[in-house]
This record gives sequence, structure tokens and C-alpha cells, in this order.
Amino acid sequence: MSEQQKFTSRRDDAAPEPEPAVPPAAPQAQHAERDAALDSLLDEIDGVLETNAQEFVHNFVQKGGQ
Amino acid sequence: MSAVDRRIIGIETEFGVNATFREGPRLAPEEVARYLFRKVVAWGRSSNVFLSNGSRLYLDVGSHPEYATAECVDLLDVLAHDKAGELIVQDLADDAEQRLAEEGMDATIYVLKNNVDSRGNSYGSHENYLIRRDGRLERVTDTLVPFLVTRQLVSGAGRLHVVGERATYLVSQRADHMWEGLSSATTRSRPIINTRDEPHADPERYRRLHVIVGDSTMSQTTTLLRIGTTDLVLRMLEAGTIVPDLALANPVQAIRDVSRDPTGRRPLARQRGGTITALDMQRELLELASRYAAGAGIADTAPYDQVLELWDRTLHAIDTDNLALVDTEVEWVMKKSLLDSYADRHGLAPHDERLQQLDLAWHDVHPRRGLVPILQRAGRARTLVDDARVARAMHEPPQTRARLRGDFVRAAQEHRRDFTCDWVHLKLNDAASRTVVCKDPFVSVDARVEELIASIRAGSAPHTERPGSVG
Repeated sequence: MSEQQKFTSRRDDAAPEPEPAVPPAAPQAQHAERDAALDSLLDEIDGVLETNAQEFVHNFVQKGGQ
Repeated sequence: MSAVDRRIIGIETEFGVNATFREGPRLAPEEVARYLFRKVVAWGRSSNVFLSNGSRLYLDVGSHPEYATAECVDLLDVLAHDKAGELIVQDLADDAEQRLAEEGMDATIYVLKNNVDSRGNSYGSHENYLIRRDGRLERVTDTLVPFLVTRQLVSGAGRLHVVGERATYLVSQRADHMWEGLSSATTRSRPIINTRDEPHADPERYRRLHVIVGDSTMSQTTTLLRIGTTDLVLRMLEAGTIVPDLALANPVQAIRDVSRDPTGRRPLARQRGGTITALDMQRELLELASRYAAGAGIADTAPYDQVLELWDRTLHAIDTDNLALVDTEVEWVMKKSLLDSYADRHGLAPHDERLQQLDLAWHDVHPRRGLVPILQRAGRARTLVDDARVARAMHEPPQTRARLRGDFVRAAQEHRRDFTCDWVHLKLNDAASRTVVCKDPFVSVDARVEELIASIRAGSAPHTERPGSVG
């Protein structure tokens, strides 16, 4: 669970607080927030993937099933 | 649900296994699979066991771990037990990693719930639906085959298919691996519906419809669509609804064409002449199913209300080129969106191995590392059953015949009694004991089984289970 918390807090850090002067519905602010959330998600995913993609893909060979 | 008959539904999943070795000798996939099942063999003295949640866990041909959920009647129970299977197999992988480490091998084992390996070998996810035997089977299959050919638009898991430098995003994992419409074989001919008739129930009343065309699904909402739409179409056909002739001239070609057309608009040749698009076919079936559900009084009953709403919204999203409407609920859309974002961020060509890796990692069942659990925590993958319900399903059988089997297995294990069981039979392995035959899959209370369990409990004091035991 500690890792989940870590991920959550990282997302929170990355999400920019809207400036009080900027209307919250401003499309640019919304975009920025969405992009920041996506960036943090992609960071998290990069953190769990094996570093050698080629080896991971090429080694994945099974026999046929059923 | 009183207005409607209950139906037994279950899903059998063959898992792929990948392993990376940092230290020590590399093991072949078959050997890794054997390590995976050491814990099972230690527990049940066999690599083919039934667990206390009523499910079956075994090492299939081709060294795939296979998990067959217990008999469920509630669609959300199917989801919970399907997810429980992921965690049970992941638990075997954790145990195998530890055993390998003790033997000097530093390895990470990946359990992948997908349907194709990197060389194009395919393994399945089979859905079982108990149907009434009255009437000709063709009345059901004539409509069900074209339904299943096009169902991938709402239930496909998506696949990045790469040949050399050519990358194609397919709607379905399994479509390219189906070779027949109907057949009684599975491995050699791979039909869309397998007609092998093993109902595991009273054969005079029931048959078991064995659908082998489906993709393994990670997304709970997609799993609900997969079984929910099929259940509704079956109900409508069983109720005698008149359905127009939807038969396709060449289902095996059509299923490949649909998989290559995320717009759903490619014309498919009909058997009676003319063409129909996958989108129109699904629309027509949705309309018929909605009308049937309204008439049967289940259109507003959970979870059929959700099935109909999401089915409709998905077709609308495809029809209006607005896939964002379902990008947390329909798996091939969710995966496509992630692959696009990832390629964009790292500037990757469509065939890049990192994208192929991402496609595989999508199906990683690991609760922390798997991409779908990560998306869930980020609010990008909708769930329908919570973690607590899934955790319960790892040990508790659904309220069907599975309860008799699960309780029997648990008692026999706790008291260290040798036993034999399958979907229908329960037996203690000693001369005095008779086999109890449980023919009715809906019956969850049976005096004979209670007596059998009482005799186990009277025989000896229970042994406490080892922590983290399979059962």
C-alpha cells in the first residue's frame, strides 16, 4: 500500500494548483491539468516496465493452448 | 430477477507466462510453468485441482496455467471470480520467484492474461453458458455466430500486431486465430463456438454452450459487456424472439475484417446476399435485446441496465468517432489510447518494441505492476466489483453447486483427507465412502454433502492451513 500512496502523492504534486486569478474553467488550465495527470501516469508506467523491451517481447513465446 | 430464469456462467482462462532472468541459468517457459505449479502440487498432490472457492486450477497443454471459475449465476460474481483467478495465479508466480531465488536464480515472472505470444501462438479464454436443451441448437447458433463475429467492437481487448515494420492495431486478440464457425474440436480447428456437448448438468435439460472466440479481458466493464451482451442475446433467443437472418457468408473472414476496422463500417457479405456492417449488426441486435429486456422486465434491473447502457454508448462512440465516450470502459479503446499517448510522449514509431512491450504489460495481472490496476488507481479504468469482493472470491464459492464443492474441498483439506472431485462428483478416497453426484448446478444446499462434510469433521481434528495456501 505504501507504493500506492507514493504514486498518489506524486500525482498530487504534479497537478498544478489553479491560480486564484485564473477562472477554473479556462480551457488552457484544464489542458495543463490533464497533461500533468497523463505525464504522471506515463512516468509511473515507465517505472514498472522492464528496461529491455526487446528482450521482454522476444522472449515471450508460448506453446499453443486449449 | 424473478421474472427471468437464472443461468450458469463461467470463464476459463489460459494465462501466458514470461520470465526475465538476471542471474543464474535461464529456464524455458515450460520449466517456469512447472515451478509455478510446485505450490499447487504440494497442496493438492496434482497439477489439476479444485479450490475452496469452487474453481479449477490446472496446468494445461502447452504449459499454460489455466483457471476455470466456479459456476456463477450473478454476472458480477463472474467478474469477481475471474479477477480472483488472476490473483491466485499471481500468487503462484510470487511463490515460484521465491523458489527460484532459493536455487540461485534471480528472476521476475510475469503472468499475462492475453491471447497471443510474440510469435503468434494463441491460447484462449472460454466462456461457458448453460442453455436449455429444448429446440434446435441452430436456432441459437444461427444468430449467435454473427453476434460473436461482431461482438469484438464492444468486448475486444485490442492488439498491436507487428510484422516487420508494419504495425496494425487490431480490435481483437483472438480474431486472427479462429478457423471455423462451429466445431466440436478446439485445438486443431478453433471454432467460434465449440459444440462439444458436456453440460456438467442433467443432459436431458441442459447443454453447455462453449464460446471460444472471446478475448481475455482485464477491464471489468469490458468483461461485463462480453458476458452481459451474450447472456442477453441468449435469453432473447431462448424466449423465442424472432430475429432476422443475420448469417454472414464467411464468418472466419468477417471476424478478421472486423478486427482490422475500428470504425465498424466495413461491409461484410451476408449469406442471403448483400452486405451489413459490424456496427449495423450490433445495433440491430442491441435493439432486439433492449426490446426483449423491456418485455421481460429486466431492462432496469442491475446489472442488465448497465449492460444495455454501455453497449449502446459504445456503439454510439464508434458511430460518432468519439471513442473518448468509453475510454475508461472498453478495453481495446483504453489500450489504444494508452499506446497513442505513450508513443507520442517518447516519439516512438508504431512498430517500436517498447509499444509491443506495453501491449503485453497491459495484460500483466500483477496488482501493483499491471497497467490496468495502475489505470484503475488513476481513475482511468472503471471497476464494478471492489478489491474486498475479489479477495473474498479467492476463498468463498458462489451460491451454486460450487458451494458444495468448495465446502467439501475446504473440509477435506483442513482434515487432511484424500479426496477426488470434479465439476459433478465429490468423493473421499477410502473404501467406505460413496461418490456424491451433484447433477444440478443451481443447487447450493444438499443434505448428502452436508453429511459427507460432517463425517470428515467427525473423523479428526482440523489442521490449520499454512499461511498463503492455495486453497
